[in-house]
Amino acid sequence: MSAGLLLLSAFLASAVEMVEALTIVLAAGTARGWRSALIGAGAAVVVLAAIVAALGSALAVIPIDALRLTVGSLLLVFGLQWLRKAILRASGYRALHDEDAIFAREMEEARQAGGAGAARRVDPVGFALSFKGVLLEGLEVVFIVLAFGTTQGRIGLAVLGAAAAVVLVAGVGVAVRAPLSRVPENSMKFAVGVMLTSFGSFWAAEGAGAHWPGGDASLLGVIGFMIAASAVLVSMLRRRCALAAASPVAAR
Amino acid sequence: MIRRISSFGRFWWEFVVGDDWIVSVQIAAAIAATAGVAAAGISAWWLLPPAVVGVLSGSLLRATRG
Repeated sequence: MSAGLLLLSAFLASAVEMVEALTIVLAAGTARGWRSALIGAGAAVVVLAAIVAALGSALAVIPIDALRLTVGSLLLVFGLQWLRKAILRASGYRALHDEDAIFAREMEEARQAGGAGAARRVDPVGFALSFKGVLLEGLEVVFIVLAFGTTQGRIGLAVLGAAAAVVLVAGVGVAVRAPLSRVPENSMKFAVGVMLTSFGSFWAAEGAGAHWPGGDASLLGVIGFMIAASAVLVSMLRRRCALAAASPVAAR
Repeated sequence: MIRRISSFGRFWWEFVVGDDWIVSVQIAAAIAATAGVAAAGISAWWLLPPAVVGVLSGSLLRATRG
């Protein structure tokens, strides 16, 4: 493999993984607050750096499938909770802003209980989501660098390709953060639910030993499938909700 | 200390299980089935996404019933 091809391969493979990490961080940031999501991502980078420093090339022995299975399963059950609530809101079964009211009440209670410091508290959900996504994808980038770099005997070039991908994807993340904040809240929560459920399904299946046709590209198919299924469920529940409102006895 | 441990446990319970524990059990069963099919040497990628939609539909049905 030529130097240019090695650089490009490491760059593209790492960019795919970083886009996946960025999606999780954006999802956690827009839905749960940027501070917690960015602290979670930062903590994951620190843990990742510590793992790389401690293990070095011995990293290849980490069972990535077990990690995928754990992170994927957690994301899946968490994403499903989110998607379920978003579908209930979109179909009219649940008030659109019920969680805003709960969040505002909790913040007020926290402020009263703990003074100004409580208001700056890190949201554990946003932190955990972001942390797990960045740690898992970061480890995959490390594996890519090791795979490309050690087999070709040019680890420096592979690191350069991966670093360029990290910088580029992080830049894209900063650029799309502002436009994302203008998307209506429930639509954003719906999208986050779909993304977490899709990523969770993808990683959990991979961790359980399934092989996706087309590799990471099939994630787009999973996302499309979840969007279509969610749209059908919203439409069915909307009809049922309208029927129940028109005739409460007939709907039973 | 006990309060911290219990709030840590509560966070993880709410994070993983949420308000419908049946979802977590069914998802665990679907992942185990995927692992079983894959271990038998049969292609298993198609199993989890429809199972997830089935679990979601069941949970929505329970939430909107009555």
